[in-house]
Amino acid sequence: MESIVNIFVKSVFIDNMIFAYFLGMCSYLAVSKTVRTAFGLGIAVIFVLLVTVPVNYLLDVYVLRAGALTWLLGEEATAIDLSFLSFILFIAVIAAITQLVEMVVEKFTPALYNQLGIFLPLIAVNCAIMGASLFMQQRNYANIGEVTAFGLGSGLGWLLAIVGIAAIREKLKYSDIPKPLKGVGISFIITGLMAIAFMSFQGLSLG
Amino acid sequence: MSKREPLFSAKQRALMLGPLSKNNPVIVQILGICSALAVTAKLEPAIVMGLAVTVVAAFANVILSLLRNTIPTRIRIIVQLVVVATLVIMVDQLLKAYAYDVSKQLSVFVGLIITNCIIMGRIEAFALGNKVWPSFLDGVGNGLGYGVILVIMGACREALGSGTLLGFQIVPQGLYDFGYANNGLMILPPMALILVGIVIWVHRSRNKELIES
Repeated sequence: MESIVNIFVKSVFIDNMIFAYFLGMCSYLAVSKTVRTAFGLGIAVIFVLLVTVPVNYLLDVYVLRAGALTWLLGEEATAIDLSFLSFILFIAVIAAITQLVEMVVEKFTPALYNQLGIFLPLIAVNCAIMGASLFMQQRNYANIGEVTAFGLGSGLGWLLAIVGIAAIREKLKYSDIPKPLKGVGISFIITGLMAIAFMSFQGLSLG
Repeated sequence: MSKREPLFSAKQRALMLGPLSKNNPVIVQILGICSALAVTAKLEPAIVMGLAVTVVAAFANVILSLLRNTIPTRIRIIVQLVVVATLVIMVDQLLKAYAYDVSKQLSVFVGLIITNCIIMGRIEAFALGNKVWPSFLDGVGNGLGYGVILVIMGACREALGSGTLLGFQIVPQGLYDFGYANNGLMILPPMALILVGIVIWVHRSRNKELIES
């Protein structure tokens, strides 16, 4: 249990998707003009991460890893290593699940769907989603609980970052910025400063 | 018979050279930022990443330009993803075989070429509506435009952060004896963001028409 809490806190603050790994930068910059839409996209990202990361974990453990197919084919399968297929399978799972999530949300909570609407399909090609699955594979988490905590934490960290920059950009309209720096330029520099602030969480550990 | 256009006519050259500056995918169109920032702490992985993206962009454009009349529009995204993912797997396996150290440094970012918006963006915007040769040039141009930014950032960060370029020391030992110290902040993630902001600043003050109102 301790390790789960630890992984969660670590993926929100220290291994933050935006500030430490720059994942999902494209939508981070494109959709951060107002806090409202930024929040909507953040929620959608959490939602999709929470589903895709555990599913890809199961896929990795039971299909892709070296010797993972022994439960299906018996002893002779120990030599089979399909890990070179992980990119293509992960992206297929992500594309399919995004599609599925979109349909489910549309059917059961039309209000949420109207808010997220345009963002959901965009998420399939958001690098934060694919990146989380690849990090999950690289870091060898012990069980599905840890993986779920990692997915949820990464999503929450991403939400935190995008809502933060959106709030700053709303205020930025009234400041006197050098002309060539307006828009993207200043957003990058502010993100950099936010990242420095987040570096102070380094070494934070529970349990 | 109509006259054939020369392989490198002015129009074709523009396709390839435009993305290097005026129409740069990274600092003007703001695509593919994710990997551009993460792999630039040193120059060598930055160069390798630039080449990898160029290769994938060029061949993905060629393949989808060949297939453009046979793919039904409704399922084009998944077809694009499959083609790009296959190319990226090939690049990944090649890197693991011939440049293992660099492949370790790039870690997940090779896989993330799949979701690099430059590649999907060029396929959608260009390859699906153009012939094979222009698509190839467009892919190469955009890959190189991406590579140029990576090399600039990689060189700045390695020179200021570690005092080396491609592993060779470039800051003379005498300076260190005088008390010069490497700026450790340059190799940490936040400086990549600030540096790209500065690159955009310089680029836009030289090309006034790109300034946002």
